[in-house]
Amino acid sequence: MRLRAIAAFAAALMSGTCLAHAATITIATVNNSQMVVMQKLSSVWEKKTGNHINWVVLEENVLRQRVTTDIATHGGQFDIVTIGSYETPIWGKQGWLTPLGGISGYDYNDIFSSVRQALSSNGKLWALPFYAESSFTYYRKDLFQQAGLTMPAQPTYKQIDQFAKKLTDKSKQMYGICLRGKPGWGENMAFLDTMVNTFGGEWFNMKWQAQLDSQPWHDAVNFYIHLLRDYGPPGASSNGFNENQALFATGHCAMWIDATSGAGLIYDKNSSQVADKTAFTAAPVDVTPHGSHWFWAWALAIPSTSKQVATAKDFIAWATSKDYIDLVGRTNGWTTLPPGTRLSTYSNPDYLKAAPFAGAVKQAILTADLDHPTANPVPYTGIQYVSIPEFEAIGTTVGQLMAAALTGQTSVDSALKQAQSSVSSTMQQAGYTQ
Amino acid sequence: MSYGIAKKGHPVAGTIAWLTALVMFFPIAWMLLASFKTEVQAVQTPPLVIFKPTLINYRDIFAEADYLHFAWNSVAISVGSTILTLIVGVPAAFAMAFYPTKSTRGILLWMLSTKMLPAVGVLVPIYLLCRDLGLLDSLTALIVINMLSNLPIAVWMLFTFFRDLPKDIIEASRIDGANLRQVLVHVLLPLVMPGIASTALLGIILCWNEAFWSLNLTAHNAAPLTAFIASFSAPQGLFWAKLSAASVLAIAPILIFGWISQKQLVSGLTFGAVK
Amino acid sequence: MSATPMTAGGPQASGAQARTAKKRPGGGVKTFPLMAPSVGLLLIWMIVPLAMTLYFAFRRYNLLNPMIHGWAGINNFKYLIEDPALLHSLVVSVIIVVGVIAITIVLGSILAAVFNMPFFGQGVARVLMISPFFVMPTVSALVWKNLLLDPVDGLLAAIFRMVGLRPIAWFSVFPLGSIMVILCWEWLPYAFLILFTALQSMDEEQLEAARLDGATAVDIFINIQLPHMARAISVTIMIEMIFLLSVFAEIYVTTAGGPGYATTNLTFLIYQRALLAFNVGGASAAGVIAIILANIVSFFLTKNVGKRLEV
Repeated sequence: MRLRAIAAFAAALMSGTCLAHAATITIATVNNSQMVVMQKLSSVWEKKTGNHINWVVLEENVLRQRVTTDIATHGGQFDIVTIGSYETPIWGKQGWLTPLGGISGYDYNDIFSSVRQALSSNGKLWALPFYAESSFTYYRKDLFQQAGLTMPAQPTYKQIDQFAKKLTDKSKQMYGICLRGKPGWGENMAFLDTMVNTFGGEWFNMKWQAQLDSQPWHDAVNFYIHLLRDYGPPGASSNGFNENQALFATGHCAMWIDATSGAGLIYDKNSSQVADKTAFTAAPVDVTPHGSHWFWAWALAIPSTSKQVATAKDFIAWATSKDYIDLVGRTNGWTTLPPGTRLSTYSNPDYLKAAPFAGAVKQAILTADLDHPTANPVPYTGIQYVSIPEFEAIGTTVGQLMAAALTGQTSVDSALKQAQSSVSSTMQQAGYTQ
Repeated sequence: MSYGIAKKGHPVAGTIAWLTALVMFFPIAWMLLASFKTEVQAVQTPPLVIFKPTLINYRDIFAEADYLHFAWNSVAISVGSTILTLIVGVPAAFAMAFYPTKSTRGILLWMLSTKMLPAVGVLVPIYLLCRDLGLLDSLTALIVINMLSNLPIAVWMLFTFFRDLPKDIIEASRIDGANLRQVLVHVLLPLVMPGIASTALLGIILCWNEAFWSLNLTAHNAAPLTAFIASFSAPQGLFWAKLSAASVLAIAPILIFGWISQKQLVSGLTFGAVK
Repeated sequence: MSATPMTAGGPQASGAQARTAKKRPGGGVKTFPLMAPSVGLLLIWMIVPLAMTLYFAFRRYNLLNPMIHGWAGINNFKYLIEDPALLHSLVVSVIIVVGVIAITIVLGSILAAVFNMPFFGQGVARVLMISPFFVMPTVSALVWKNLLLDPVDGLLAAIFRMVGLRPIAWFSVFPLGSIMVILCWEWLPYAFLILFTALQSMDEEQLEAARLDGATAVDIFINIQLPHMARAISVTIMIEMIFLLSVFAEIYVTTAGGPGYATTNLTFLIYQRALLAFNVGGASAAGVIAIILANIVSFFLTKNVGKRLEV
């Protein structure tokens, strides 16, 4: 009985795959708004080519865990995966991805060179960028005007501190600054890393020895906690990018330092109450400009286990092309196009007219230097991450400890001490240090 | 209930009971309400109670995801694994209840203890196993895994039903010359139907809500509603209204099913104690 | 789940019956074929992952870094035990299990007694009462975190402001407490249902006699109903313990184990090792610890709660 049931299911599954007339590809992607648009518009590609797409759309953390498990075990469930600039070079080096150079008719030179560089290793391009982002400062120009303040083109953290102090009015639920506090290597650590960088710190010295108990880390973390405790919203330790974006969009934050890719939504009148009151400037700096703003790209890649490489390549070439970006602009609104990847986007008059933040975004992406993220020389690349496989683990643990320091459960000193010993132990386990 | 106090009803108890019931149900009601708001209305302060309902969230969700595909997978996995659980579990529970040995209690507790192992720890081994058997993203894998994880609870529930049955019935039918199979099918099964029904109901509820395996072992073909929810759980910007609508869609079938079947659930639970 | 002794003659009678059943010739029936599928399948389900976990626990195995391989000796355990997170996670696990069980049993038994009295609309109230049990853990965590407890836009924050209080950031200030509130909301209906069912099976005449003797509702509850529910309470404890030891979705959605390790239970710690760090070796070592813990708990169950399982 049971065997028969299993056999029936197996038969049903097999007939399902055999029936496919044209090629069917499975794409895993995150549920960010740009990807949701891609999913909607993909019917254009399906009609043109006669192929069919199965979408697997998941929240970022779930997706990352899902895709990593599948790729690392060669499960082969996906033909296209959406991965970040952190994973791409590492996975490429492991031989888990299909190289994507040399697609005929594809305009590689239009892609920002820093973006291409971030998605390459061993001299090969492993993924094509869907959208890219840096970080910058969002601020409410109406509130600045009321308070008689001017935001400089390149603010420092000391200035941000003064502005936040003036603009905070907790009785009216107006908070001077919103920052990420939710633990996670891609959440609070992404922001905190840029702060540590610009305060002159780094994760590792040239011998891969952890540097988390150094003075710059103490300064940066203390300053970060001071900003959020005194001028931040309540419950900051559970606010990530989304929560902060919602807070800013509903008018609760005077300043917000976060991803440039959030700007489109803040400028969209349908989902934001501050669309016409928001302005943008560079991310703040302290003692060094190195690594003061991050770099991240979401890119499409083909796992080496895919059996539909040609079809998958065709889709990626379509979804990351200039034509696709135009299509999104025309059908879905110019502010919602996937930004940060192509020079042509930033010379498109329609986009420049609709998106006053475009210049600041381009500037931030072009000046993000992945190869020199810190004041001192380091053995790694990556600004808000360290491009080694162990970083997810390290970043997660340290992120937890920083959140604990933020809520006052532990002191900054003891949190950093614990972080230092935990990171050292992980690096020792992985064989970087003795 | 033919007692004085029963006829009148009990006002104090009634008030406490209703208050608690409303508090318990409130989060679900609030979510239902939010699902008919626009995103901006959903975060408005003070919270909106009276507003013009919109169906925009539901429309968006149906446009973005194939709800029926996910819902069908949820049904197939829940029903499939529950049937399998009963096929495997009923004989074992019967044997333990009617022909207990010294080791019966130990076996029961051992079965329950297999449920205490954290699934997250064995994901990688199970994933490798499913890959080698070609069972990734298949309903089969989820049905079998759900069956295995609910089997201990099911056996145990069934065991308690069977144990409370009057055992003389079996003796009597055996003296009448019926064999074990006949006893099981013709005498016992009708008697224990309520028990089996409520075990099945609980099994279906547990399967429907199982998120870990269904999220990690599926991609598209076998993805159930728990995966559907994961695609709405943290998109950018304001998302509460849409998330509420997706949540309503994910829990509505099982909630309605639970409401309709709760009489059976309870009657099965009381079985053996009501003469 | 019959949580109640038979009315025919109370627990003693059913025990006696069970004992005679053992001695009967019927005990000689071949039960092996009936038991084999269940026992066999569960044995495989237990042994295969157990063997793999044990094997990996002594390996250097990181999914993300194929360069790392070979035997680790006891290093995985050494790193784990030196990690302050382990002890902390054990404490959190225990607090969650004990706390939620205690709250749901106390409230559940009182509510069972309340609902056992007749009142207007009892059926509907009961349906509303048990509804949270049908809701997926992920969904309930999302609803509580965003719609209800959010310190800025949540409903509770709005109510706090309305009465002039400052909203509380629940998941930062009382992280573990907030998660336990969600868990209690999910599990109270279950405890209530089992205990209510147990009370429904009670002999009405016994209650009526007590009432005629002038006993108050509280007297009846403590002296008659509570003892009657004893077995149902054991059942509830047992089932809740099994599910609460592996609480995951609620933590994952709300606090991600933080702040610090405030809400990291053992399951979540293993998740962090296995699926965030993909350190299969380290996660397996934690898994071995979890298995040992599970065995200690089931030993405890056999000794105490299990005794009530009259076979």
